[in-house]
Amino acid sequence: MDTNPLPTTLIDKAETGQRPGMFIYNQFDQQLIDERVAQFRDQTQRYLAGKLSEDEYLSLRLMNGIYVQTHAPMLRIAIPYGLFSSEQMHMLAHISRTYDKDYGHFTTRQNIQFNWLKIEETPDLLADLASVQMHAIQTSGNCIRNTTSDPLAGVAADELEDPRPYCEIIRQWSTLHPEFAHLPRKFKIAVTGAQKDRAVTLIHDIALSLVKNETGEIGFKVSVGGGLGRTPMIAQTVRPFLEKQHLLSYLEAVLRIYNLKGRRDNKYKARIKILVGSMGVEAFTKLVEEEWLKIKDSMILDQAEIDRVKADFAPFAYEKNIDPKMLEQHTTTNPTFARWLDHNTSDHKVPGYRVVHVSLKSPLAAPGDISATQMDITASLAEQYSFGLLRSTYDQNLVFADVKQSDLFDLWQALDEADLATPTIGTLNDMICCPGLDFCALANASSIDVAADIQKRFQQLDYLYDLGDIDLKMSGCMNGCAHHSIGHIGILGVDKKGVEWYQFTLGGFSENEAKLGQRLGRAIAKADVADTVEKIAQVYIEQRQANERFVDTFYRIGIEPFKGRVYESH
Amino acid sequence: MKVINNRQIVDDSWQAIDDESNIKQLPDNKIIISLAFWNKHKQSLTARDDALGITLNPEDDVAEIAADLSSFALVVLQFPAFRDGRAYSQARNLRLHYDYQGEIRASGNVLRDQLAFMERVGFNSFEIDDHQDINDAINGFDEIEVKYQASSDESLPLYKRLTV
Repeated sequence: MDTNPLPTTLIDKAETGQRPGMFIYNQFDQQLIDERVAQFRDQTQRYLAGKLSEDEYLSLRLMNGIYVQTHAPMLRIAIPYGLFSSEQMHMLAHISRTYDKDYGHFTTRQNIQFNWLKIEETPDLLADLASVQMHAIQTSGNCIRNTTSDPLAGVAADELEDPRPYCEIIRQWSTLHPEFAHLPRKFKIAVTGAQKDRAVTLIHDIALSLVKNETGEIGFKVSVGGGLGRTPMIAQTVRPFLEKQHLLSYLEAVLRIYNLKGRRDNKYKARIKILVGSMGVEAFTKLVEEEWLKIKDSMILDQAEIDRVKADFAPFAYEKNIDPKMLEQHTTTNPTFARWLDHNTSDHKVPGYRVVHVSLKSPLAAPGDISATQMDITASLAEQYSFGLLRSTYDQNLVFADVKQSDLFDLWQALDEADLATPTIGTLNDMICCPGLDFCALANASSIDVAADIQKRFQQLDYLYDLGDIDLKMSGCMNGCAHHSIGHIGILGVDKKGVEWYQFTLGGFSENEAKLGQRLGRAIAKADVADTVEKIAQVYIEQRQANERFVDTFYRIGIEPFKGRVYESH
Repeated sequence: MKVINNRQIVDDSWQAIDDESNIKQLPDNKIIISLAFWNKHKQSLTARDDALGITLNPEDDVAEIAADLSSFALVVLQFPAFRDGRAYSQARNLRLHYDYQGEIRASGNVLRDQLAFMERVGFNSFEIDDHQDINDAINGFDEIEVKYQASSDESLPLYKRLTV
């Protein structure tokens, strides 16, 4: 265990892994995660001593993020709403070296997973995490999971209000909530405060969107019953406007109705989307509102509490008058840099700053994977260039949210050297992909090698850029962890008599509204998947008008031309 | 049988009554009956002197017995499997919406590692599952002291408790 000591900078700061710009734990927040580690250590010891059955321990370890996968136990660590610090990232590097095989995998839910652990070491690992205010509480199991949010929260120009304080308030309310620790199925909440929904909220069990009502007050639009998997559904609005002070009482009412009425006889019909779907949204809403009326006045969320949490997310003291000359010069003289700048950075609400998207889609690694060395490098770069904070994103990349324009060239060089600057953000090669058959016990088919085939096929950057924004998502089974149903191009791995096949859907999307993709036709053999993607791309190139995106062309011409091309020779 | 009542291991003083029992031959004792038995023999049962307990199944709506709650010194809620968490909301409803002050007992697959959650929502009596050691289970209550949310044990969320 001592072979990889923590970097000395981290030991100095071991008192706290947190920084201005993120929620800072007080003694109670810290005490809770420390107590949870001690409790889990005891549970694990009782299991190893044979006092807890496999089944009983399974539920307890799931509540702490530990699955048993194909090769070894996997641990999913919570990154609340995707925001974490350099110290925390260094700790993740330390964990991957000490307990795992020197890498980790970022998920679509902004968390990170480690795949090669030993059960008996997990309590020590969790204690290490708690030393930097991190935990794995409720990252799996039939309970309220990590609340996800917009990776550009607080820096996006299209934002009405920063959603993260509300995410943190929800994190605290949902953490070890006694009534909702044994729900019919997992429960996911997402919050967004921007015009563009970068958190795909409508595929969550509860989607909260900050909106303004006719009197100018900001509150939440509440939608319920989204989810992917076997029965993909888009969340439906149950309350167009909810005052902030009622946030927690409303959540509590929804959860109480679901806990009592959700199906428990069939795990594939146990999500709240099935309850809402079978009752109808009106009947469901009526039940929720009745319950809510009874509890709302006793559960007021005080403005003082909102303000207390908000204070931790206050904007940084941004520099003014940053000289644009250097950036302009580098852009003119270095086309590779210019290309990266164009594709891997986006607008910041403050002039002189940009948001940098750190690509975890290198053709040399599985989508979302990051090595221990890259973890340390990104932690140090965030420290140097972005106030010591990082964000993980829905599309399995990282973000440095607050980079000065004048630092971009130096940052790019450092990222490029670490293979973290693949200039394909938002393109077809920036695909979302689950771990698939290679790691996951649930998977029917592999996804990582197929992803690599596709990325190789589209490695010509000019060709890739010409295709523009295409959202490709690939899951290794029906559970749909990579959200294939809402990909512009969705690919689902299935197993037919021991052979891996791939079903395509086209036209899914998730922006301000969301829509599920339509099935292209019969499943495709593994060897033909990359070919099929290419044929689909060709149809788009031939048929598109002016600046039309792939998905817009699809909705104009329909699925038939794609079907015709893909299946013509079969 | 031993049960945990208000965090003490004690002998169970209640006797469960079969639905087939003859209403005229009930023991002179504290008895627990089903909702069906109650609905069938409400009148004779209310005439008895001894305390009454009632068992609800997870699918029963506690509102069904709301008007009769004063008749019951005990409500037993069932955990057919520890994963089936409906009884948590049933217990919470009893305390929160009906201000039920009697005993609420957890029965079925009741395990040490869920006791703290159960106690928080309003259970104060626990029939520990046969295969677990009740002397060990009783250590399960205080492992986590920090409680963010209000529930049946704390009427205010943590932040309000701190600022009061």
